[in-house]
Amino acid sequence: MAYIWLLMSAAAVLFGAANGTLNAVSAAVTEGAGAAVTLCIGITGAVCLWSAVMEAMKQSGMLRTLTNLLRPLLLRIFPQSFLNSDCGDAISLNFTANLLGLGNAATPAGLRAATLMQRMHGGNAASNEMCRLIVLNTASVQLIPATVAAVRASLGSAAPFDIIPCVWITSLCSVAAGLLTAFALELFTR
Amino acid sequence: MTALIVPALIVATAIWCVYRKVDLFAAMSAGAAEGLEVVRRILPPLVVLLTAITMLRASGALDALAHLLSPVLTVIGIPPETAPLIFLRPFSGSGALAVGSELMKNFGPDSTLGRTAAVMLGSTETTFYVIGVYFGAQNIKKTRHAVPAALVADLTGFIMAALTVRIFFG
Repeated sequence: MAYIWLLMSAAAVLFGAANGTLNAVSAAVTEGAGAAVTLCIGITGAVCLWSAVMEAMKQSGMLRTLTNLLRPLLLRIFPQSFLNSDCGDAISLNFTANLLGLGNAATPAGLRAATLMQRMHGGNAASNEMCRLIVLNTASVQLIPATVAAVRASLGSAAPFDIIPCVWITSLCSVAAGLLTAFALELFTR
Repeated sequence: MTALIVPALIVATAIWCVYRKVDLFAAMSAGAAEGLEVVRRILPPLVVLLTAITMLRASGALDALAHLLSPVLTVIGIPPETAPLIFLRPFSGSGALAVGSELMKNFGPDSTLGRTAAVMLGSTETTFYVIGVYFGAQNIKKTRHAVPAALVADLTGFIMAALTVRIFFG
């Protein structure tokens, strides 16, 4: 991250000098920092509300019901891991929590699933199902893109949630492409 | 249709809570407090990163990058202005949020470009961070095909984000 930041700020100064836009670059320093605070204040209400709804879902058992509904689907992707019922539970909870955007619940469940998988598999190489778990977690299948919608709302969007169909289709395609690639590469990597 | 999804989900949750005799108000208040913590965690990195990105925008470097990559990106249907978002997304969640919100602000949240940036942000993850956390915790040395498969998913996400926004919002 340090290098990325160094690269970005150095590039801005060099470009500014070459382009004769150094005055604008210098003004941008305070402007950018202020914009970050404005953005955060703008999204606070929506993020808090969403987090409130999520907590209600968790406490009322909606999360558990959804997890049980999704189990059969995940069983097909992780047949080996589901032989261990604890591991199956952890995978299901990880996926459902990701689906609802509950990062705080998703990561511990995912790591627990990964630990159990690796214990069954052994060695220091990622198993096939471990790679599939990685794809499920990096491809972000999210039901409600709450933070992004909050950002859009704070910038004056007329309908911040109107991107939901696009997000669903895009997420489904990307997770499908990732899983298909994983399945295909399993045949070649050992 | 989309206007219904979020309100309906909220009402359904409330009904479920009351039916299950969960203290809805206490649960939501606790959740909102947690949301405040989330924003508090986002703010400091966002200040640092949005400063760098605003500087880059002002210097003209972002436009130059878009111009440079436009032949490659236009072929696969991705708006070249989203190039910095695509580069940062796999490495830094707050960096991507900073670039994405800057794009939405600059081009308007309801413009094709603003929507594309929003969909890209909403349907991809900080891939290398996730891989680092999972494999680091398990002490896995051979990552095998995890990285290429995850990157294929990301690339598909970027292409589909641009495509779906074009289809739905013309």
